[in-house]
Amino acid sequence: MEKLIEQFSFGLFFWLSFIFIALLLLLRKYAWTPILKTINERETLIKESLMSAEKAREEMGKLQESNKQMLKEAKLEREKILKEARAISDKMIDEAKGVAKVEASKIVKQAQETIAADKNKAIKELKDEVASLSLSIAEKVVTTELEDKKKQENLIEKILKESEI
Amino acid sequence: MPPDKILTKQVIKNPFFSIKILLFFFCISLSSQSFSQDHHGENTHAEASRNKEDKTSIKKKIKEYIFHHLGDSYYFDIYSYDDDAGHHKYVGFPLPVILWDKGLKVFLSSGFKHGKSIVSKGETHYKLYHEKIYKTDSEGTIHYDDHHHVTNAKPFDLSITKNVFNIFVVALLMLWLFISLAKSYAKNGNIAKGFGRFFEPIILYIRDDIAIPNIGEKKYKKYMSFLLTVFFFIWFSDMLGLTPFGVNITGNITVTFCLAILVFVITNITANKNYWQHIFWMPGVPMPVKILLAPIELLGVFLKPFSLMIRLYANISAGHIILMSIIGLIFIFKTWLSTSLSFMLAFALTLLEVLVALLQAYIFTMLSALYFGFANEEKH
Repeated sequence: MEKLIEQFSFGLFFWLSFIFIALLLLLRKYAWTPILKTINERETLIKESLMSAEKAREEMGKLQESNKQMLKEAKLEREKILKEARAISDKMIDEAKGVAKVEASKIVKQAQETIAADKNKAIKELKDEVASLSLSIAEKVVTTELEDKKKQENLIEKILKESEI
Repeated sequence: MPPDKILTKQVIKNPFFSIKILLFFFCISLSSQSFSQDHHGENTHAEASRNKEDKTSIKKKIKEYIFHHLGDSYYFDIYSYDDDAGHHKYVGFPLPVILWDKGLKVFLSSGFKHGKSIVSKGETHYKLYHEKIYKTDSEGTIHYDDHHHVTNAKPFDLSITKNVFNIFVVALLMLWLFISLAKSYAKNGNIAKGFGRFFEPIILYIRDDIAIPNIGEKKYKKYMSFLLTVFFFIWFSDMLGLTPFGVNITGNITVTFCLAILVFVITNITANKNYWQHIFWMPGVPMPVKILLAPIELLGVFLKPFSLMIRLYANISAGHIILMSIIGLIFIFKTWLSTSLSFMLAFALTLLEVLVALLQAYIFTMLSALYFGFANEEKH
Protein backbone atom coordinates (compact mmCIF):
# COMPACT_ATOMS: atom_id res chain seq x y z
CA MET A 1 0.00 0.00 0.00
CA GLU A 2 2.81 2.36 0.92
CA LYS A 3 4.48 1.59 -2.35
CA LEU A 4 1.28 2.32 -4.20
CA ILE A 5 0.93 5.69 -2.53
CA GLU A 6 4.58 6.38 -3.27
CA GLN A 7 3.95 5.54 -6.91
CA PHE A 8 1.19 8.15 -7.07
CA SER A 9 2.37 11.14 -9.04
CA PHE A 10 0.45 14.35 -9.12
CA GLY A 11 1.98 15.40 -12.44
CA LEU A 12 0.72 12.25 -14.13
CA PHE A 13 -2.68 12.69 -12.49
CA PHE A 14 -2.89 16.25 -13.74
CA TRP A 15 -1.87 15.35 -17.28
CA LEU A 16 -4.12 12.31 -17.50
CA SER A 17 -7.16 14.22 -16.22
CA PHE A 18 -6.41 17.00 -18.65
CA ILE A 19 -5.80 14.72 -21.63
CA PHE A 20 -8.65 12.37 -20.81
CA ILE A 21 -11.24 15.09 -20.37
CA ALA A 22 -10.03 16.88 -23.50
CA LEU A 23 -10.14 13.58 -25.37
CA LEU A 24 -13.61 12.90 -24.03
CA LEU A 25 -14.93 16.29 -25.12
CA LEU A 26 -13.24 16.21 -28.52
CA LEU A 27 -14.37 12.68 -29.26
CA ARG A 28 -17.88 13.49 -28.06
CA LYS A 29 -18.10 16.42 -30.40
CA TYR A 30 -16.32 15.04 -33.45
CA ALA A 31 -16.65 11.27 -33.15
CA TRP A 32 -19.14 9.71 -30.76
CA THR A 33 -22.08 12.01 -31.41
CA PRO A 34 -21.89 11.77 -35.23
CA ILE A 35 -21.11 8.04 -35.11
CA LEU A 36 -24.00 7.21 -32.78
CA LYS A 37 -26.27 9.52 -34.72
CA THR A 38 -25.37 7.82 -37.98
CA ILE A 39 -25.84 4.38 -36.46
CA ASN A 40 -29.21 5.40 -35.06
CA GLU A 41 -30.27 6.91 -38.35
CA ARG A 42 -29.21 3.82 -40.17
CA GLU A 43 -31.10 1.63 -37.77
CA THR A 44 -34.27 3.65 -38.14
CA LEU A 45 -33.78 3.60 -41.89
CA ILE A 46 -33.46 -0.17 -41.88
CA LYS A 47 -36.44 -0.54 -39.59
CA GLU A 48 -38.54 1.77 -41.73
CA SER A 49 -37.43 0.08 -44.93
CA LEU A 50 -38.33 -3.30 -43.52
CA MET A 51 -41.66 -2.00 -42.35
CA SER A 52 -42.43 -0.35 -45.67
CA ALA A 53 -41.42 -3.53 -47.49
CA GLU A 54 -43.77 -5.46 -45.26
CA LYS A 55 -46.44 -2.90 -45.90
CA ALA A 56 -45.88 -3.08 -49.65
CA ARG A 57 -46.12 -6.84 -49.49
CA GLU A 58 -49.32 -6.58 -47.54
CA GLU A 59 -50.68 -4.09 -50.00
CA MET A 60 -49.72 -6.29 -52.88
CA GLY A 61 -51.51 -9.15 -51.20
CA LYS A 62 -54.51 -6.97 -50.72
CA LEU A 63 -54.31 -5.86 -54.32
CA GLN A 64 -54.15 -9.45 -55.50
CA GLU A 65 -57.08 -10.26 -53.30
CA SER A 66 -59.06 -7.37 -54.70
CA ASN A 67 -58.02 -8.37 -58.22
CA LYS A 68 -59.38 -11.81 -57.60
CA GLN A 69 -62.53 -10.32 -56.15
CA MET A 70 -62.88 -8.05 -59.13
CA LEU A 71 -62.36 -10.92 -61.52
CA LYS A 72 -64.98 -12.90 -59.70
CA GLU A 73 -67.35 -9.98 -59.76
CA ALA A 74 -66.69 -9.42 -63.42
CA LYS A 75 -67.46 -13.03 -64.14
CA LEU A 76 -70.66 -12.81 -62.18
CA GLU A 77 -71.53 -9.62 -63.97
CA ARG A 78 -70.90 -11.21 -67.29
CA GLU A 79 -73.07 -14.12 -66.44
CA LYS A 80 -75.75 -11.82 -65.24
CA ILE A 81 -75.58 -9.72 -68.38
CA LEU A 82 -75.66 -12.81 -70.52
CA LYS A 83 -78.61 -14.10 -68.62
CA GLU A 84 -80.42 -10.82 -68.94
CA ALA A 85 -79.67 -10.65 -72.62
CA ARG A 86 -80.94 -14.11 -73.08
CA ALA A 87 -84.07 -13.28 -71.15
CA ILE A 88 -84.60 -10.15 -73.18
CA SER A 89 -84.13 -11.95 -76.44
CA ASP A 90 -86.43 -14.70 -75.30
CA LYS A 91 -88.98 -12.16 -74.31
CA MET A 92 -88.56 -10.36 -77.57
CA ILE A 93 -88.98 -13.58 -79.49
CA ASP A 94 -92.02 -14.43 -77.40
CA GLU A 95 -93.48 -11.05 -77.98
CA ALA A 96 -92.75 -11.26 -81.66
CA LYS A 97 -94.30 -14.67 -81.73
CA GLY A 98 -97.40 -13.39 -79.97
CA VAL A 99 -97.70 -10.47 -82.27
CA ALA A 100 -97.21 -12.74 -85.26
CA LYS A 101 -99.81 -15.13 -83.95
CA VAL A 102 -102.34 -12.40 -83.40
CA GLU A 103 -101.56 -11.01 -86.81
CA ALA A 104 -101.78 -14.41 -88.37
CA SER A 105 -105.04 -15.23 -86.65
CA LYS A 106 -106.34 -11.85 -87.72
CA ILE A 107 -105.32 -12.54 -91.28
CA VAL A 108 -106.85 -16.00 -91.10
CA LYS A 109 -110.05 -14.60 -89.64
CA GLN A 110 -110.19 -11.97 -92.33
CA ALA A 111 -109.51 -14.61 -94.91
CA GLN A 112 -112.20 -16.80 -93.42
CA GLU A 113 -114.60 -13.88 -93.37
CA THR A 114 -113.78 -13.06 -96.95
CA ILE A 115 -114.14 -16.69 -97.88
CA ALA A 116 -117.42 -16.87 -96.03
CA ALA A 117 -118.66 -13.70 -97.70
CA ASP A 118 -117.53 -14.95 -101.08
CA LYS A 119 -119.21 -18.29 -100.41
CA ASN A 120 -122.45 -16.63 -99.38
CA LYS A 121 -122.26 -14.42 -102.37
CA ALA A 122 -121.60 -17.42 -104.60
CA ILE A 123 -124.35 -19.36 -102.94
CA LYS A 124 -126.70 -16.43 -103.37
CA GLU A 125 -125.68 -16.04 -106.98
CA LEU A 126 -126.07 -19.74 -107.44
CA LYS A 127 -129.47 -19.61 -105.75
CA ASP A 128 -130.47 -16.71 -107.96
CA GLU A 129 -129.18 -18.59 -110.97
CA VAL A 130 -131.01 -21.77 -109.87
CA ALA A 131 -134.19 -19.80 -109.17
CA SER A 132 -134.12 -18.09 -112.52
CA LEU A 133 -133.13 -21.36 -114.16
CA SER A 134 -135.96 -23.20 -112.38
CA LEU A 135 -138.36 -20.36 -113.23
CA SER A 136 -137.43 -20.60 -116.86
CA ILE A 137 -137.70 -24.40 -116.67
CA ALA A 138 -140.97 -24.06 -114.83
CA GLU A 139 -142.18 -21.52 -117.46
CA LYS A 140 -141.18 -23.89 -120.21
CA VAL A 141 -142.78 -26.85 -118.37
CA VAL A 142 -145.92 -24.88 -117.56
CA THR A 143 -146.21 -23.68 -121.11
CA THR A 144 -145.78 -27.19 -122.42
CA GLU A 145 -148.05 -28.72 -119.76
CA LEU A 146 -150.78 -26.17 -120.09
CA GLU A 147 -151.16 -26.79 -123.77
CA ASP A 148 -153.27 -29.79 -122.92
CA LYS A 149 -156.32 -29.38 -120.64
CA LYS A 150 -156.21 -32.88 -119.30
CA LYS A 151 -152.76 -32.78 -118.43
CA GLN A 152 -153.46 -29.55 -116.50
CA GLU A 153 -156.05 -31.22 -114.47
CA ASN A 154 -153.82 -34.22 -113.75
CA LEU A 155 -151.10 -32.06 -112.65
CA ILE A 156 -153.34 -30.07 -110.36
CA GLU A 157 -154.62 -33.27 -108.94
CA LYS A 158 -151.10 -34.71 -108.49
CA ILE A 159 -149.91 -31.53 -106.81
CA LEU A 160 -152.87 -31.53 -104.55
CA LYS A 161 -152.21 -35.16 -103.58
CA GLU A 162 -148.62 -34.53 -102.93
CA SER A 163 -149.28 -31.52 -100.76
CA GLU A 164 -152.00 -33.48 -98.82
CA ILE A 165 -153.97 -30.55 -97.87
CA MET B 1 0.98 -44.25 -34.51
CA PRO B 2 4.40 -43.02 -33.41
CA PRO B 3 4.66 -41.91 -29.76
CA ASP B 4 5.45 -38.27 -30.55
CA LYS B 5 2.28 -38.01 -32.57
CA ILE B 6 0.23 -39.36 -29.69
CA LEU B 7 1.87 -36.78 -27.48
CA THR B 8 1.02 -33.84 -29.72
CA LYS B 9 -2.50 -35.09 -30.14
CA GLN B 10 -2.94 -35.28 -26.41
CA VAL B 11 -1.41 -31.89 -25.95
CA ILE B 12 -3.92 -30.41 -28.33
CA LYS B 13 -6.77 -32.26 -26.70
CA ASN B 14 -5.98 -31.47 -23.13
CA PRO B 15 -4.58 -28.09 -22.07
CA PHE B 16 -3.87 -29.36 -18.54
CA PHE B 17 -1.86 -32.17 -19.98
CA SER B 18 0.21 -29.71 -21.98
CA ILE B 19 0.83 -27.62 -18.88
CA LYS B 20 1.93 -30.78 -17.10
CA ILE B 21 4.36 -31.51 -19.87
CA LEU B 22 5.70 -28.00 -19.75
CA LEU B 23 6.23 -28.29 -16.01
CA PHE B 24 7.91 -31.61 -16.52
CA PHE B 25 10.37 -30.16 -18.98
CA PHE B 26 10.83 -27.21 -16.74
CA CYS B 27 11.85 -29.47 -13.86
CA ILE B 28 14.22 -31.35 -16.15
CA SER B 29 15.79 -28.10 -17.21
CA LEU B 30 16.21 -27.05 -13.59
CA SER B 31 17.80 -30.34 -12.57
CA SER B 32 20.04 -30.39 -15.62
CA GLN B 33 21.03 -26.88 -14.76
CA SER B 34 22.02 -27.87 -11.23
CA PHE B 35 23.68 -30.96 -12.59
CA SER B 36 25.77 -28.98 -15.01
CA GLN B 37 26.60 -26.55 -12.28
CA ASP B 38 27.76 -29.39 -10.07
CA HIS B 39 29.81 -30.65 -12.89
CA HIS B 40 31.60 -27.38 -13.40
CA GLY B 41 31.69 -26.64 -9.73
CA GLU B 42 34.27 -29.40 -9.28
CA ASN B 43 37.01 -27.04 -10.38
CA THR B 44 37.20 -24.59 -7.54
CA HIS B 45 35.04 -23.67 -4.67
CA ALA B 46 35.59 -20.00 -5.36
CA GLU B 47 34.15 -20.18 -8.84
CA ALA B 48 31.00 -21.77 -7.55
CA SER B 49 30.46 -19.05 -5.04
CA ARG B 50 31.08 -16.44 -7.72
CA ASN B 51 28.52 -18.18 -9.91
CA LYS B 52 26.06 -17.99 -7.09
CA GLU B 53 26.80 -14.34 -6.56
CA ASP B 54 26.34 -13.69 -10.27
CA LYS B 55 23.02 -15.36 -10.17
CA THR B 56 21.74 -13.37 -7.21
CA SER B 57 22.97 -10.18 -8.81
CA ILE B 58 21.17 -11.10 -12.04
CA LYS B 59 18.04 -11.85 -10.06
CA LYS B 60 18.34 -8.53 -8.31
CA LYS B 61 18.91 -6.80 -11.62
CA ILE B 62 15.86 -8.42 -13.16
CA LYS B 63 13.75 -7.45 -10.17
CA GLU B 64 15.00 -3.88 -10.40
CA TYR B 65 14.38 -3.85 -14.10
CA ILE B 66 10.80 -5.04 -13.63
CA PHE B 67 10.05 -2.41 -11.02
CA HIS B 68 11.76 0.18 -13.11
CA HIS B 69 9.47 -0.80 -15.98
CA LEU B 70 6.35 -0.71 -13.84
CA GLY B 71 7.14 2.77 -12.59
CA ASP B 72 7.09 5.98 -14.54
CA SER B 73 10.17 7.44 -16.16
CA TYR B 74 11.48 10.78 -17.38
CA TYR B 75 12.96 9.09 -20.46
CA PHE B 76 11.47 7.11 -23.29
CA ASP B 77 14.02 4.33 -23.28
CA ILE B 78 13.50 1.28 -25.42
CA TYR B 79 16.54 -0.62 -24.19
CA SER B 80 19.96 -0.14 -22.61
CA TYR B 81 23.29 -1.92 -22.91
CA ASP B 82 26.90 -1.75 -21.80
CA ASP B 83 29.25 -0.71 -24.54
CA ASP B 84 32.80 -2.01 -24.96
CA ALA B 85 34.24 0.72 -22.78
CA GLY B 86 31.94 -0.36 -19.95
CA HIS B 87 29.60 2.62 -20.14
CA HIS B 88 25.91 1.98 -19.73
CA LYS B 89 24.17 3.26 -22.83
CA TYR B 90 20.47 3.96 -23.25
CA VAL B 91 18.59 3.81 -26.54
CA GLY B 92 15.62 6.14 -26.62
CA PHE B 93 14.91 9.81 -26.30
CA PRO B 94 14.60 12.25 -23.41
CA LEU B 95 11.27 13.86 -22.49
CA PRO B 96 10.63 17.40 -21.27
CA VAL B 97 10.71 18.06 -17.54
CA ILE B 98 8.30 20.75 -16.35
CA LEU B 99 8.72 21.95 -12.77
CA TRP B 100 6.90 24.65 -10.87
CA ASP B 101 9.32 25.82 -8.23
CA LYS B 102 9.11 29.59 -7.73
CA GLY B 103 8.42 30.00 -11.43
CA LEU B 104 8.12 27.64 -14.37
CA LYS B 105 11.23 25.59 -15.13
CA VAL B 106 11.35 23.57 -18.32
CA PHE B 107 14.27 21.49 -19.54
CA LEU B 108 14.91 18.15 -21.23
CA SER B 109 15.45 15.12 -19.03
CA SER B 110 18.69 14.43 -20.90
CA GLY B 111 20.21 17.00 -18.53
CA PHE B 112 20.07 14.44 -15.71
CA LYS B 113 22.14 11.93 -17.72
CA HIS B 114 20.12 9.14 -16.07
CA GLY B 115 20.83 10.41 -12.57
CA LYS B 116 24.53 10.94 -13.04
CA SER B 117 24.30 14.68 -13.41
CA ILE B 118 22.67 17.54 -11.52
CA VAL B 119 20.56 20.13 -13.33
CA SER B 120 20.94 23.65 -11.98
CA LYS B 121 18.38 26.32 -12.67
CA GLY B 122 19.50 29.56 -11.07
CA GLU B 123 19.84 28.97 -7.33
CA THR B 124 18.15 25.58 -7.20
CA HIS B 125 19.64 22.24 -8.13
CA TYR B 126 17.71 19.14 -9.12
CA LYS B 127 18.80 15.55 -8.99
CA LEU B 128 17.13 12.49 -10.49
CA TYR B 129 17.27 9.72 -7.89
CA HIS B 130 15.40 6.43 -8.33
CA GLU B 131 13.22 7.96 -11.05
CA LYS B 132 12.19 10.89 -8.87
CA ILE B 133 13.33 14.50 -8.99
CA TYR B 134 14.59 15.99 -5.71
CA LYS B 135 15.91 19.41 -4.80
CA THR B 136 19.52 19.19 -3.67
CA ASP B 137 22.57 21.36 -3.07
CA SER B 138 25.16 21.92 -5.79
CA GLU B 139 26.87 18.64 -4.83
CA GLY B 140 23.70 16.59 -5.28
CA THR B 141 23.64 15.22 -1.72
CA ILE B 142 20.69 13.02 -0.88
CA HIS B 143 19.59 12.91 2.78
CA TYR B 144 17.94 9.87 4.30
CA ASP B 145 15.86 9.32 7.41
CA ASP B 146 16.10 6.28 9.69
CA HIS B 147 14.03 4.09 7.36
CA HIS B 148 16.24 4.94 4.40
CA HIS B 149 13.62 7.27 2.96
CA VAL B 150 14.80 10.32 1.09
CA THR B 151 14.06 13.50 3.00
CA ASN B 152 15.02 15.99 0.26
CA ALA B 153 12.21 18.28 -0.88
CA LYS B 154 10.43 17.53 -4.15
CA PRO B 155 9.51 20.30 -6.58
CA PHE B 156 5.99 20.56 -7.95
CA ASP B 157 6.32 18.30 -10.95
CA LEU B 158 4.24 18.54 -14.15
CA SER B 159 6.74 16.81 -16.41
CA ILE B 160 5.83 15.01 -19.59
CA THR B 161 6.91 11.62 -18.31
CA LYS B 162 6.92 8.41 -20.30
CA ASN B 163 3.37 7.63 -19.24
CA VAL B 164 2.14 11.11 -20.10
CA PHE B 165 3.82 10.78 -23.47
CA ASN B 166 2.17 7.41 -24.05
CA ILE B 167 -1.20 8.76 -22.97
CA PHE B 168 -0.75 11.48 -25.58
CA VAL B 169 -0.01 8.82 -28.16
CA VAL B 170 -3.14 6.84 -27.22
CA ALA B 171 -5.23 10.01 -27.25
CA LEU B 172 -3.99 11.03 -30.69
CA LEU B 173 -4.53 7.52 -32.00
CA MET B 174 -8.09 7.54 -30.71
CA LEU B 175 -8.80 10.98 -32.12
CA TRP B 176 -7.49 9.94 -35.50
CA LEU B 177 -9.30 6.59 -35.56
CA PHE B 178 -12.71 7.71 -34.44
CA ILE B 179 -12.87 11.08 -36.13
CA SER B 180 -11.96 9.41 -39.41
CA LEU B 181 -14.61 6.78 -38.70
CA ALA B 182 -17.17 9.54 -38.21
CA LYS B 183 -16.02 11.16 -41.43
CA SER B 184 -16.10 7.93 -43.39
CA TYR B 185 -19.82 7.71 -42.67
CA ALA B 186 -20.43 11.01 -44.38
CA LYS B 187 -18.38 9.97 -47.38
CA ASN B 188 -19.75 6.48 -47.91
CA GLY B 189 -23.44 7.00 -47.38
CA ASN B 190 -23.65 6.01 -43.69
CA ILE B 191 -21.50 2.91 -44.06
CA ALA B 192 -18.15 2.60 -42.31
CA LYS B 193 -15.07 1.94 -44.37
CA GLY B 194 -11.69 0.39 -43.57
CA PHE B 195 -10.84 -0.15 -39.89
CA GLY B 196 -14.13 1.50 -38.95
CA ARG B 197 -15.79 -1.76 -39.95
CA PHE B 198 -13.86 -3.36 -37.13
CA PHE B 199 -14.61 -0.71 -34.51
CA GLU B 200 -18.26 -0.09 -35.37
CA PRO B 201 -19.51 -3.43 -34.01
CA ILE B 202 -17.57 -2.78 -30.80
CA ILE B 203 -19.23 0.63 -30.44
CA LEU B 204 -22.58 -1.05 -31.07
CA TYR B 205 -21.75 -3.73 -28.53
CA ILE B 206 -20.95 -1.13 -25.89
CA ARG B 207 -24.22 0.63 -26.63
CA ASP B 208 -26.46 -2.43 -26.87
CA ASP B 209 -24.91 -4.79 -24.36
CA ILE B 210 -23.22 -2.54 -21.82
CA ALA B 211 -24.92 0.85 -21.72
CA ILE B 212 -28.57 0.10 -22.48
CA PRO B 213 -29.05 -2.97 -20.22
CA ASN B 214 -27.27 -1.37 -17.27
CA ILE B 215 -28.34 2.25 -17.47
CA GLY B 216 -31.65 2.00 -19.26
CA GLU B 217 -33.05 3.07 -22.58
CA LYS B 218 -33.94 6.55 -21.36
CA LYS B 219 -30.72 7.80 -19.83
CA TYR B 220 -27.91 5.86 -21.44
CA LYS B 221 -27.18 8.50 -24.05
CA LYS B 222 -25.44 10.99 -21.79
CA TYR B 223 -23.00 8.32 -20.56
CA MET B 224 -22.14 6.88 -23.95
CA SER B 225 -19.25 9.27 -24.65
CA PHE B 226 -17.56 8.44 -21.36
CA LEU B 227 -18.09 4.69 -21.68
CA LEU B 228 -16.78 4.59 -25.24
CA THR B 229 -13.80 6.79 -24.44
CA VAL B 230 -12.84 4.86 -21.32
CA PHE B 231 -13.25 1.50 -23.05
CA PHE B 232 -11.06 2.34 -26.01
CA PHE B 233 -8.59 4.25 -23.84
CA ILE B 234 -8.00 1.25 -21.56
CA TRP B 235 -7.97 -1.21 -24.42
CA PHE B 236 -5.53 0.75 -26.55
CA SER B 237 -3.33 1.53 -23.55
CA ASP B 238 -3.15 -2.14 -22.64
CA MET B 239 -2.48 -3.18 -26.21
CA LEU B 240 0.26 -0.57 -26.43
CA GLY B 241 1.64 -2.08 -23.23
CA LEU B 242 2.15 -5.38 -25.05
CA THR B 243 4.44 -3.80 -27.63
CA PRO B 244 8.17 -4.06 -26.93
CA PHE B 245 8.45 -0.35 -26.15
CA GLY B 246 7.95 -0.96 -22.45
CA VAL B 247 4.75 1.00 -22.14
CA ASN B 248 2.75 0.49 -18.95
CA ILE B 249 -0.10 2.97 -18.74
CA THR B 250 -2.95 1.27 -16.91
CA GLY B 251 -0.52 -0.64 -14.70
CA ASN B 252 0.13 2.66 -12.98
CA ILE B 253 -1.94 3.43 -9.91
CA THR B 254 -2.18 7.12 -10.78
CA VAL B 255 -3.81 6.33 -14.10
CA THR B 256 -6.36 3.92 -12.67
CA PHE B 257 -6.97 6.34 -9.80
CA CYS B 258 -7.71 9.12 -12.25
CA LEU B 259 -10.13 6.94 -14.25
CA ALA B 260 -11.84 5.72 -11.08
CA ILE B 261 -12.17 9.29 -9.79
CA LEU B 262 -13.88 10.25 -13.03
CA VAL B 263 -16.34 7.38 -12.62
CA PHE B 264 -16.90 8.44 -9.00
CA VAL B 265 -17.53 12.06 -9.93
CA ILE B 266 -19.83 11.25 -12.84
CA THR B 267 -21.81 8.74 -10.76
CA ASN B 268 -22.40 11.11 -7.89
CA ILE B 269 -23.06 14.21 -9.96
CA THR B 270 -25.66 12.51 -12.11
CA ALA B 271 -27.22 10.50 -9.28
CA ASN B 272 -30.93 11.03 -8.68
CA LYS B 273 -32.86 11.38 -5.42
CA ASN B 274 -33.71 7.70 -5.28
CA TYR B 275 -30.00 6.78 -5.26
CA TRP B 276 -29.20 9.01 -2.30
CA GLN B 277 -32.27 7.81 -0.48
CA HIS B 278 -31.08 4.24 -0.85
CA ILE B 279 -27.74 5.21 0.64
CA PHE B 280 -28.77 7.32 3.62
CA TRP B 281 -32.28 6.13 4.36
CA MET B 282 -32.91 2.71 2.85
CA PRO B 283 -36.64 2.44 2.25
CA GLY B 284 -38.59 -0.63 3.29
CA VAL B 285 -36.45 -1.76 6.23
CA PRO B 286 -36.94 -1.15 9.98
CA MET B 287 -35.42 1.86 11.69
CA PRO B 288 -32.35 0.26 13.33
CA VAL B 289 -31.40 -1.41 10.05
CA LYS B 290 -31.70 1.94 8.34
CA ILE B 291 -29.16 3.42 10.72
CA LEU B 292 -26.93 0.39 10.37
CA LEU B 293 -27.06 0.39 6.59
CA ALA B 294 -26.29 4.07 6.04
CA PRO B 295 -22.54 3.92 6.86
CA ILE B 296 -22.15 0.65 4.94
CA GLU B 297 -23.84 2.09 1.87
CA LEU B 298 -21.81 5.27 2.19
CA LEU B 299 -18.64 3.21 2.32
CA GLY B 300 -19.85 1.40 -0.79
CA VAL B 301 -19.97 4.69 -2.67
CA PHE B 302 -16.21 4.98 -2.23
CA LEU B 303 -15.43 1.30 -2.46
CA LYS B 304 -16.98 0.87 -5.89
CA PRO B 305 -14.56 3.19 -7.73
CA PHE B 306 -11.76 2.00 -5.44
CA SER B 307 -12.31 -1.57 -6.61
CA LEU B 308 -12.27 -0.33 -10.20
CA MET B 309 -8.92 1.32 -9.56
CA ILE B 310 -7.30 -1.69 -7.86
CA ARG B 311 -8.69 -4.26 -10.29
CA LEU B 312 -7.34 -2.60 -13.40
CA TYR B 313 -4.02 -1.73 -11.77
CA ALA B 314 -3.48 -5.21 -10.33
CA ASN B 315 -4.43 -7.08 -13.48
CA ILE B 316 -2.20 -5.14 -15.81
CA SER B 317 0.74 -4.91 -13.38
CA ALA B 318 0.52 -8.62 -12.63
CA GLY B 319 0.51 -9.42 -16.34
CA HIS B 320 3.58 -7.29 -16.90
CA ILE B 321 5.41 -8.68 -13.86
CA ILE B 322 4.76 -12.31 -14.82
CA LEU B 323 5.67 -11.73 -18.44
CA MET B 324 8.92 -9.97 -17.54
CA SER B 325 9.79 -12.56 -14.90
CA ILE B 326 9.40 -15.35 -17.41
CA ILE B 327 11.58 -13.50 -19.87
CA GLY B 328 14.00 -12.88 -16.99
CA LEU B 329 14.25 -16.64 -16.42
CA ILE B 330 16.13 -16.86 -19.71
CA PHE B 331 18.95 -14.87 -18.17
CA ILE B 332 18.94 -16.82 -14.93
CA PHE B 333 19.11 -20.42 -16.21
CA LYS B 334 21.03 -20.04 -19.41
CA THR B 335 20.12 -23.43 -20.93
CA TRP B 336 18.57 -23.99 -24.31
CA LEU B 337 15.64 -25.84 -22.79
CA SER B 338 14.67 -23.19 -20.28
CA THR B 339 15.16 -20.50 -22.89
CA SER B 340 12.83 -22.13 -25.36
CA LEU B 341 10.38 -22.92 -22.58
CA SER B 342 10.47 -19.35 -21.34
CA PHE B 343 9.97 -18.18 -24.84
CA MET B 344 6.97 -20.44 -25.33
CA LEU B 345 5.49 -19.48 -21.99
CA ALA B 346 6.06 -15.81 -22.69
CA PHE B 347 4.41 -16.21 -26.07
CA ALA B 348 1.39 -17.94 -24.56
CA LEU B 349 1.20 -15.35 -21.83
CA THR B 350 1.35 -12.51 -24.32
CA LEU B 351 -1.62 -14.03 -26.10
CA LEU B 352 -3.38 -14.27 -22.76
CA GLU B 353 -2.52 -10.64 -22.08
CA VAL B 354 -4.16 -9.64 -25.37
CA LEU B 355 -7.33 -11.20 -24.01
CA VAL B 356 -6.81 -9.61 -20.59
CA ALA B 357 -6.40 -6.19 -22.21
CA LEU B 358 -9.80 -6.50 -23.86
CA LEU B 359 -11.35 -8.11 -20.81
CA GLN B 360 -10.17 -5.42 -18.42
CA ALA B 361 -11.39 -2.68 -20.71
CA TYR B 362 -14.73 -4.50 -20.89
CA ILE B 363 -14.94 -5.00 -17.12
CA PHE B 364 -14.08 -1.40 -16.35
CA THR B 365 -16.66 -0.13 -18.84
CA MET B 366 -19.26 -2.66 -17.71
CA LEU B 367 -18.88 -1.79 -14.03
CA SER B 368 -18.86 1.94 -14.76
CA ALA B 369 -22.11 1.48 -16.64
CA LEU B 370 -23.48 -0.54 -13.75
CA TYR B 371 -22.64 2.23 -11.27
CA PHE B 372 -24.17 4.84 -13.56
CA GLY B 373 -27.20 2.60 -13.71
CA PHE B 374 -27.43 2.50 -9.91
CA ALA B 375 -27.27 6.28 -9.83
CA ASN B 376 -30.18 6.50 -12.26
CA GLU B 377 -32.45 3.81 -10.92
CA GLU B 378 -36.06 4.92 -10.63
CA LYS B 379 -38.39 4.02 -7.80
CA HIS B 380 -40.06 0.70 -8.31
